[in-house]
Amino acid sequence: MSAVTIRHLDKTFNAGKANEVHALSGIDLDVASGEFVSLIGPSGCGKSTLLRLVAHLLEPTNGDVTVNGKSAAQARLDQDYGMAFQQAGLFEWRTVRKNIELPLELKGWDKTRRRERANEMLELVKLPEFGDHHPWQLSGGMQQRIAIARALAAHPQLLLMDEPFGALDEMTREYMQGELLRICAETKTTVLFVTHSIPEAVYLSQRVVVMSPRPGRITKIVDVGLTGPRSEDTRNAESFFRAITAVREGLRGMHAAHVAMGMDDR
Amino acid sequence: MFVAALVGVAVIWELYKFVGPTDGGTVLGVRILPRTADFAMPHVWEMFQRFGRPEVRGRDNTVLAAVAAGAWYSFRLSVVGFVLGGAVGVGLAVVMARFDVVRRGLLPYLVVSQTVPLIALAPLVVSWGGRLEIGGFTWPRWLSASVLGAFLAFFPVAVGTLRGLAAAPAAAVELMQSYAASWWRTLLTLRFPTAVPYMVPAFRLAASSSVIGVVVAEISTGLKGGIGRLIIEYAREATGDPAKVYTAIFGAAALGLTMAGIVAAADTFVMRHRPKEDIA
Amino acid sequence: MMIARLARRTGPPVAFGVGFLAFWEWAVRFFELKPYFLTAPSVIWSQFTDAFGLVRGAATVSGGNAFVGLVAGTILGIVMSFALSRWRLLNQIVTPLAVALNAIPIFVLVAVLNNMYSITSEIPRRIMVALVVYFIVLVNVARGLTQVSATHVELMRSYAASDVSILLKVRVPNAVPFLFTALKVAAPAAVITAFVSEYFGGSQNGLGSRIASNIANSKNAAAWSYVLGACLLGLLFYSVSVLLENVVRRGGGRQ
Repeated sequence: MSAVTIRHLDKTFNAGKANEVHALSGIDLDVASGEFVSLIGPSGCGKSTLLRLVAHLLEPTNGDVTVNGKSAAQARLDQDYGMAFQQAGLFEWRTVRKNIELPLELKGWDKTRRRERANEMLELVKLPEFGDHHPWQLSGGMQQRIAIARALAAHPQLLLMDEPFGALDEMTREYMQGELLRICAETKTTVLFVTHSIPEAVYLSQRVVVMSPRPGRITKIVDVGLTGPRSEDTRNAESFFRAITAVREGLRGMHAAHVAMGMDDR
Repeated sequence: MFVAALVGVAVIWELYKFVGPTDGGTVLGVRILPRTADFAMPHVWEMFQRFGRPEVRGRDNTVLAAVAAGAWYSFRLSVVGFVLGGAVGVGLAVVMARFDVVRRGLLPYLVVSQTVPLIALAPLVVSWGGRLEIGGFTWPRWLSASVLGAFLAFFPVAVGTLRGLAAAPAAAVELMQSYAASWWRTLLTLRFPTAVPYMVPAFRLAASSSVIGVVVAEISTGLKGGIGRLIIEYAREATGDPAKVYTAIFGAAALGLTMAGIVAAADTFVMRHRPKEDIA
Repeated sequence: MMIARLARRTGPPVAFGVGFLAFWEWAVRFFELKPYFLTAPSVIWSQFTDAFGLVRGAATVSGGNAFVGLVAGTILGIVMSFALSRWRLLNQIVTPLAVALNAIPIFVLVAVLNNMYSITSEIPRRIMVALVVYFIVLVNVARGLTQVSATHVELMRSYAASDVSILLKVRVPNAVPFLFTALKVAAPAAVITAFVSEYFGGSQNGLGSRIASNIANSKNAAAWSYVLGACLLGLLFYSVSVLLENVVRRGGGRQ
């Protein structure tokens, strides 16, 4: 069964007004259970909008979104997914552990159970000794790891991530990518990941969805085709570069088409 | 450093007494220099001495006791005003955060009210004392002073709290939405903690505003028992007993500083886990 | 379209204001509230317009005190702030004093100021206003002179600029917005202080004393009209300071 099914999805902002924006048009996508799928594209292609539609933080204008066999609205109410953003967004007045416990509190779990799960997640992201610290005492990368721990605290089957490593430096970024894959392999979570970085998309995903703007649509889906678990060597493998090239061509091709049609003004 | 400042002020005072004209003087034709005779400007040490001696010749309560009692009375009134004003301010801020139309309608008035001398209403409110009756409850005069303090305190609290409640970052609000949290849950879990750094300076201002409101209420109508009344009384006796009025002024200063100190201590406690940064 | 936007912005406040006044008027009539509790807005307004000359006279006295004190306090505050920015030790001594003074009702000093001058003099009130304004302006302008961007100072030093030059070219322009922030707080504070100072005895021509005496004689409606006058005076002072700020800022300020 697909974890996420998107059919004929349209999203228009400010319909009928002067500042109408046709954010997404005719999106069809299936994400299999346990799959890691990236969304990549230039600014304005609607990838963040698409993510928010899956999260039911926005309502579609047309079409529908199914998560785990339910409507997106129901999935949100049932808290079937966890979300992580570019800013870690931890609450500065709570300790690290209490930050991880936040979704569990809202679900009504009792204190002992919450604490156990929070400690479990701290082990998972390899930061067990920081439970009683406050977020501002941690580095950017560590804060993101806590944000991921929080997103996975309730063991959702789906993880939605909007450029979570965008604010980190390159070395930390590569380290975090490895950690994310390790964690998702352990928890068998489906991941829908928005990024600006081609190597990141290729390294992390089974499939990369290339999107183009005005209006936002899917131009190409690249099957990354890297077998086996990722490692240090993966970044140097030929298959890695081939996949990157495929994605880059997907992005360029769309760019060339736009130029040809006189649409692109970059 | 603070002590140095006080010593500096005392030195300047004495210096002026030493060199200044006894009967006051003029600068460029304006009669601006104050008189330096002892009845107008007592020596600094005389002011402190006065605390120890009896309030009124013949009676045996010292000035210190009288001033302390007056300051304590006013302090209790200020606390009532502060709590009342703070509670109403926070409540109103929550209502304004919840109902946008209320916010748009009331906020301009709240902002303007901080520039208008609402203190002008002091005598009016105090005059309700002893005359207003609501179903068996007669309005006590002291309540007017507290209400005035509350009135002055509530405006900065409402404005500051509202600003803080609105200051939650969009990503955090989205996060709470993704948890399908209700508006009230979001208020308690996210918006209030975010608002705390904004409420701290607002409550500091509210503390001093409450003191000002109470003292003004007291002096505008001579409310018995408070430090304001003492200042007026002692000021009237100043020609015969010049140092006494200063003791009452010190009492009022102590009152203000105590309020400020308590609120500052509470602030430090509330903000103890937060990173050190300034809210402009 | 513009009208719709304007209506949307001003609608709720106007509605609240009108609604409040209407409710007030209705409540006084319906509950037959005694004037010593609340006077109806219509009565206040008629009193105000009748006695306008008197109110204006009282407002001129209070306003005059507030104005003189405001100007004096601002000038002294600015002068002193230069001294504070120059000598750190002075700054460290004066700033905690100013912070502490913020917490106490210093207007009670009028009681002793009155004794230093003749009983009919308005000087004590003006000094009081000046004192209150002085500290507000001092703290803000000193902050403006000292909290300059380190980058700007480094740049000037790389040009081997003198301290005076840095003062004039970097610190003073930086301090101008701070001055206006101070004025917007100090102007209403001046009115309030001038007002409250009148409760301590001395000449009885100002708004504050008029309100108190009218209440004492149970002439509440008259008192309310003086209250209205006081509010208008406060608004006037605040508006002038905002206007001044806009005039100066139009010459290419920041923000």
